[in-house]
Amino acid sequence: MCLAVPGKVVSIDRSADPLTGLIDFGGVRKQACLEYLPDVRVGEYVIVHVGFALQRLDEESARASLELFEQLGLLEEEFGDAWEQAARQENGSEAR
Amino acid sequence: MKYIEEFNDPGLARRLLDEIRATVTRPWALMEVCGGQTHSIIRHGIDQLLPEEVELIHGPGCPVCVTPLDVIDKALEIASRPEVIFCSFGDMLRVPGTDRDLFRVKGGGGDVRVVYSPLDALDLARRNPGRQVVFFAIGFETTAPANAMAVHQAHRLGIANFSLLVSHVRVPPAIEAIMAAPECRVQGFLAAGHVCSVMGTAEYPDLAGKHRVPIVVTGFEPLDILEGIRRAVHQLERGEHRVENAYRRAVREQGNPAALRMLEEVFEVTDRNWRGIGRIPASGWRLSDAYRAYDAEHRFDVTGIRTEEPAVCRAGEVLQGLIKPTECEAFGTACTPRTPLGATMVSSEGACAAYYLYRRMNTPAAQGSRIPQNPQHSQDSPEEMNPVG
Amino acid sequence: MADLATPGTAAVDPANWTCPAPLRDQPVVVMGHGGGGALSAELIEQVFAPAYGNPTLATLTDSAVLDLGGARLAFSTDSYVVRPLFFPGGSLGDLAVNGTVNDLAMSGARPAYLSTAFVLEEGVELDVVGRVARAIGAAAEAAGVIVATGDTKVVESGHGDGVYVTTAGVGLVPDGVDIRPQRARPGDAVIVSGPIGLHGVAIMSVREGLEFGVEIASDTAPLADLVAAMLAVTRDIHVLRDPTRGGLGASLNEIARASGTGVRLRDRSIPVPDEVANACGFLGLDPLYVANEGRLVAFVPPEHAEAVLAAMRAHPQGTGAALIGECVAEHPGMVVVATGLGGTRVVDLPLGEQLPRIC
Repeated sequence: MCLAVPGKVVSIDRSADPLTGLIDFGGVRKQACLEYLPDVRVGEYVIVHVGFALQRLDEESARASLELFEQLGLLEEEFGDAWEQAARQENGSEAR
Repeated sequence: MKYIEEFNDPGLARRLLDEIRATVTRPWALMEVCGGQTHSIIRHGIDQLLPEEVELIHGPGCPVCVTPLDVIDKALEIASRPEVIFCSFGDMLRVPGTDRDLFRVKGGGGDVRVVYSPLDALDLARRNPGRQVVFFAIGFETTAPANAMAVHQAHRLGIANFSLLVSHVRVPPAIEAIMAAPECRVQGFLAAGHVCSVMGTAEYPDLAGKHRVPIVVTGFEPLDILEGIRRAVHQLERGEHRVENAYRRAVREQGNPAALRMLEEVFEVTDRNWRGIGRIPASGWRLSDAYRAYDAEHRFDVTGIRTEEPAVCRAGEVLQGLIKPTECEAFGTACTPRTPLGATMVSSEGACAAYYLYRRMNTPAAQGSRIPQNPQHSQDSPEEMNPVG
Repeated sequence: MADLATPGTAAVDPANWTCPAPLRDQPVVVMGHGGGGALSAELIEQVFAPAYGNPTLATLTDSAVLDLGGARLAFSTDSYVVRPLFFPGGSLGDLAVNGTVNDLAMSGARPAYLSTAFVLEEGVELDVVGRVARAIGAAAEAAGVIVATGDTKVVESGHGDGVYVTTAGVGLVPDGVDIRPQRARPGDAVIVSGPIGLHGVAIMSVREGLEFGVEIASDTAPLADLVAAMLAVTRDIHVLRDPTRGGLGASLNEIARASGTGVRLRDRSIPVPDEVANACGFLGLDPLYVANEGRLVAFVPPEHAEAVLAAMRAHPQGTGAALIGECVAEHPGMVVVATGLGGTRVVDLPLGEQLPRIC
């Protein structure tokens, strides 16, 4: 179900039917259908599966996750439950 | 590639592993639902690095493997017709039907083509107006929007020689079925991240609440998987059962609204058979009335094909973690990666295929326990070493 | 199959979970029989070897080494059916020369003479045939071999794929050189001559419509001169193999099985160019199974490993050479990779050709 990879939108062909863009996957480029992200902009990262951009990649969340991993253990040592607080903040909008 | 390498960092992986080790106090059985996650776990050897207490059960999340036998037999029948160009994702070609696979149909003269995207198949239909182009539309919620777009475009552009053989499946009913089984051992789920990129997370809180299991939406790189495990264990240790999103960079709570609208238009929910598991109510999609004309089962009149699946292997129990692959009588004899009987041997990431490989190393995995951390120290017995298959 | 539905709930009854009967092989050739994996091996073991029934038939090596009039002659043949005929970095003609030259070199031989046999499809433009022929001439010159004889046949339109070429070659094996997969020994260093996967990805880029920021070119190249440089360090090189179809993964499995040893690799030591890794990640392929046409993998006694590696790196065809692992006594017949995270995984012999996957 799931081989989907992040790539950067290089260009968008507004005249194409369906809406199509060129996506760069670390130097490898391939066209992908952008119909499901009609307002995506050049320079944004998207998750591509079988030739379709399915979701924007939120770069801020990616950075936040990596920072969280960096702080694992360190925070625990210093503040005990602080990591958990961070996690709770990050999951503020989560169901249940 | 950006946003892949960073999530492969060994130093951060160690931190996550340390954190899991520090959190866990007793045994927990987690199921990763998605075949892509299983692939990553095997590819990076993640299961060998986890503390003893954390057991990963590989779930039924490989769309290729769970496609039922009668649908594959229908595909083989349609692909054999001279007027048909049969298009499929690559990994579907090797999955055996009753007496052959798509490779053998191709070897026998069938026009079977591997495509990367359903739109490539639609393109073939446009360029070959005198032929019937059939796309084998398998997959979970991640793949369904792509296939929906292909048939939507065909309808809009009047490409009448295009049709879909649909075998779409949905994750939440599968989780429901697994949890409802009386002997179920699964205590927490790593939900499939890219499924949730499309669908969002709204379907999961009820499941988590009803069955009192943590469900953590999880990505596919090693750090993503470790983070999913860490959060699931953390909840379990505290007696919690919430839905958490550990893959925020690709998953929004509301999913992808444009894709959901398209799914709503093109598909409708139906019961589906899962290979090795059986019928799960409301666990799949079929084309809605408006698109029924593009249903290859009707166009080629193969709806009558009903294949009995004789009870030989025990993939269902393996998928639930009820037995180890080695406890199945067919394992390694009638059932090998070369001649797979069930879903778990068909895919190289399937539990049985993975065990098969490691058994040849004659490691403790052969006796049905864990894959070893240091295979170079294992003792080998020659009879186990013979390359089989 | 039982319908387990009861209103409002879904339950799986393990006792009724069922699976299909075994697949019985259909007696037809499938593409996987030419893929260099387990199906190819079965074809040789079950059809060709019994039919030819002689001890000289080289079923495990790239070329046969024969005693002839006091000389040790390496002899090999190969057919080339690549599509497209021309691809970034080379053509069918380059492969037809380099492939056979390299098969000879993997026995330690100095390749000397080649034959070429063309099967042409009616209707193919003569210009195309001319371009293939010129590529063969240029590649032969670069490899230092002479095309000594040839043949041409034409098949009816629709019965071929443009141009097929078969080449055969001979070369002399120097005294004291005994290179074959059975000689792999625990302790041997496993060295690859450069970055892997470039040829396969270059071909795929054309077939799959991939574009690359930097052009990816096939690595097709003659390796006999590199082998000569290695043999100048020591004649005691145990195994050489050019990992073409089936890639490094298939070659190492064949060596492990032939010698009854195990192979242990370090994931992070294997040179995989970013473009190859990304193209593979995108299509769901494993770079270890992607074809190479200008690389070799060597099993070298540990005491010579450093000097051989240095000699390789000093040679134009081996600048990217790397020590990627070692031969071990454990898990005979199997190839195991230590992953970057500290786990292990088994690299099995691929069944047939690699397929793009979606999950």
